Amino acid sequence: MLPSTESQATEGQKRDRIRQIIKDHAGLGVDFEKVAYSTDLYRAGMTSYASVALMIALENEFELEFPDAMLSRSVFESIDSIASAIESLQRVPQ
Amino acid sequence: MSTPLRAIEVPELAASEAFQQALGIAAKHADDVDRRGRFPSEAIDALRSAGALGWGVPREYGGADAQIDDLADATFELSRKCAATGMIFAMHQIQIASIVRHLADSIWFGNYLRRVVRERRLIASATSEVGVGGDLRRSIAAIQRLPDSPGELVRFEKKASTISYGAHADDLLTTVRCSPTADPSDQVLILTDFAQMEAEPTGEWDTLGMRGTCSPGFVVRATCPADQILPIPFAVIAAETMVPFSHILWAHVWLGISTEAFGRAQNFVRVQARQNPGTTPPSALRLSELSVRMAEFRALVQGSMQEYMSLAQSPTLSTVGYAVRINNLKIAASEATVETCQSALRICGFAGYGNAGPYSVGRHLRDAYSATLMIANDRLHATNAALLLVYREGK
Repeated sequence: MLPSTESQATEGQKRDRIRQIIKDHAGLGVDFEKVAYSTDLYRAGMTSYASVALMIALENEFELEFPDAMLSRSVFESIDSIASAIESLQRVPQ
Repeated sequence: MSTPLRAIEVPELAASEAFQQALGIAAKHADDVDRRGRFPSEAIDALRSAGALGWGVPREYGGADAQIDDLADATFELSRKCAATGMIFAMHQIQIASIVRHLADSIWFGNYLRRVVRERRLIASATSEVGVGGDLRRSIAAIQRLPDSPGELVRFEKKASTISYGAHADDLLTTVRCSPTADPSDQVLILTDFAQMEAEPTGEWDTLGMRGTCSPGFVVRATCPADQILPIPFAVIAAETMVPFSHILWAHVWLGISTEAFGRAQNFVRVQARQNPGTTPPSALRLSELSVRMAEFRALVQGSMQEYMSLAQSPTLSTVGYAVRINNLKIAASEATVETCQSALRICGFAGYGNAGPYSVGRHLRDAYSATLMIANDRLHATNAALLLVYREGK
């Protein structure tokens, strides 16, 4: 099924919510305006300690729990990768 | 493609005559190495002659393609004889594995691995740095590109707080930021030949134990072609290879130290028993208790190694849960080695306290004390404390 305009809009909103949480919790060392959906957050200065704070904040915001297999660098690397992880968790009933 | 100097089958590596000879040489010089705080050159030369420095290199580059279990066996056996030699062997193999598993398609590093085997090169590492508080994953030193240079030269200067066997190695693997403007955690590994470097020692290595590793601080300045930077970010190399390899091989060093101390305590108890046939000496009960601790220690170390081998290149290695578990191995094994050596000392009494004789465990205990300090356990506890805010045990 092709994504509808409505779901595309929701996806954009979700990414913006994630972006806000990153701004508040990831402690990035760069000018935040430069952080795009695909920016590598670790390369932008997110420490592993900050990534834990980010994980907790995302779990609270989206009311979910990341299983251990998802608590990895590749999942929290960018806004895009976080969004697809959240989407995959929301798709299956927890 | 180069031909290996010796065709050794992997399962036979540690059993090979040349390696057995190296073990004997390590044992013979261990006390002198410790007493004088000198590099165990006889044992390392014997390992060179045995081709052991190239064991971890894949066959396609002329090595023996030894996996972590073979390297761990060799580390364990060496450490029973001389822990400094075992630690140097382990550290060298950790640098090899970090290159082998992350060279991607780098032609320079492929050729370099052939040279490691052919020229029997010894690799040290400079991952510590003055000013980062012992955090492996942060660097101050940075790569600086020299734009007008022929062959894209890069330059760096690093104040390393410790470089084990730095004055005795052929090459150095160093963590640095990937550019002068990069974040402290945006690191890469760069491999430089000591001929491309100025390495100035900044202190003495006169320590309680592990005296033969000769690990003072250095200021290192190097200029080399950009090809000598490993193409994969250090964050990945650390999580998937350097940290697990270090914790697993170090744990084998410590298990080797404790196994030797246990063996000395056991010999002591046997001699006591022979003096009074028909009675079991009181120290035999202590030995039995120590045997339980040794069984736990072995199970811990072997279990962690089996898990790492079963995960191979799996993405699980980069998860929070695996980071917690591999840190737990280091914390538990480093505490176990001190406790077991202390118990061996209690069994041997003054025969163990003396610096000479067949029941002396002083060197073992002093070497064991380094374990909790190399990447301090408190730092690992702080990391795990943070990770456990999201990771759920047993899930």
